[in-house]
Amino acid sequence: MAEGTRLENANPLIYQRSGERQLTAEDEDEDFVDPIDDREIFDIDLNFFFLNILHLIRSINDPEHPLSLEELNVVEQMRVHVNDNESTVSVEFTPTIPHCSMATLIGLSIKVKLLRSLPDRFKIDVHISPGTHASEQAVNKQLADKERVAAALENTHLLEVVNQCLSARV
Amino acid sequence: MKDCLKLLTRFSAHPDSRCWFVAWNPKGTLLASCGGDRAVRVWGREGDSWVCKSVLSEGHQRTVRKVAWSPCGNYLASASFDATTCIWKKQQDTFECVTTLEGHENEVKCVAWAPSGNLLATCSRDKSVWVWEVDEEDEYECVSVVNSHTQDVKHVIWHPNQELLASCSYDNTVKIYKEDDDDWICLDTLEGHESTVWSVDFDKTGQRLASCSDDKTVKIWREYLPGNEQGVVCKGSDPCWKSICTLSGFHTRTIYDISCVATDIFIKMDTQTLVIPPLVCRRLRIHSWFMSCAPCNPKLVDVDSKNG
Repeated sequence: MAEGTRLENANPLIYQRSGERQLTAEDEDEDFVDPIDDREIFDIDLNFFFLNILHLIRSINDPEHPLSLEELNVVEQMRVHVNDNESTVSVEFTPTIPHCSMATLIGLSIKVKLLRSLPDRFKIDVHISPGTHASEQAVNKQLADKERVAAALENTHLLEVVNQCLSARV
Repeated sequence: MKDCLKLLTRFSAHPDSRCWFVAWNPKGTLLASCGGDRAVRVWGREGDSWVCKSVLSEGHQRTVRKVAWSPCGNYLASASFDATTCIWKKQQDTFECVTTLEGHENEVKCVAWAPSGNLLATCSRDKSVWVWEVDEEDEYECVSVVNSHTQDVKHVIWHPNQELLASCSYDNTVKIYKEDDDDWICLDTLEGHESTVWSVDFDKTGQRLASCSDDKTVKIWREYLPGNEQGVVCKGSDPCWKSICTLSGFHTRTIYDISCVATDIFIKMDTQTLVIPPLVCRRLRIHSWFMSCAPCNPKLVDVDSKNG
């Protein structure tokens, strides 16, 4: 995990500014209107970091299929709010199916991915977009409980499933 | 700023893992810490620095969530995600595990010694609170399993001078228990918090209880005895508890712990960072209460109010 407290210097997972990451058509997609709005709120320096968080999250796999969440459209939309000064990251995701039983696992995978990728100082909040899931309150409460999350991740089987969700596709 | 908390020292307690809890011994000379590395460490002061006196690493198979010193200071209890609670006895230079309390179905979230030293309470994600009795021969026996909460129980604490127990839970309530006919029962359920209640503590007199929650508020509750002059209705001959005050707007995130010392309440908030944030100290006068807020980092030593 990176030592630096300023994002520009930190985090080995952030790609080179020289453009290792290519902007795709989806980045300009109107589904991601919110990210563009958020960009206006932050420093110009944070744009890059913010795009990388989206990239980190979009590469998560669906637990049951080898394609990414985005490709499968399991997660319809994600809103990411980053506040570097307060060290907070908030991710809101919309499961396509309102009764999706995978919602907790998807939320947990997003949380784990960010926990492993961001400097320790960041407080990560992952929740379901309001009004898009039948059990969103229950799922959000579990995801927000750091003690429950930590205990769950000590469960080797669950950890294996989460790691599979986060692994790079061959 | 007068009456502020001052950081004396900071040290890394549990390498590469989270430090989940710290507890001062009754004399205030030793600090026990526990963490994600499955170990309990006991720290003592040597000159200006704190050194690790003991590492208790063979007791648990998973994260140790809380530790608690017995009132006499000779025993340490550790509660773990491995569903057990270990009792350690202080020897000259180290601690020896004298027994392991089993029975909970999953993660034990807290352990607390009664002021009398004869009783112990544990609570767990299995929604239950267990009361254990210990005799002079260090024999521990479970005397009661109380299934009153409907969710994960986060914390238990004993009343300072009565045989009453308080617990708080993911079900958003605080419960008070008493012994009735050789069994422990729930005496009162304190509702009002809008999310998980993470911790509770009685004040020195035991007449007031402070609770803190994921809803970012602190609530102060007061005990009312039957026939009280305020006209609060009690059930039968038992006391009841009513919320007298809610402190909100002081924290922007979950409040994980609260601790009362004399008339001061110290609130510990987890910030999930490696750097201790600038200490924010405010004093608020509420009736005869003074409250200070002190955000502390769980990975480092907490400035625990019990040490003054």
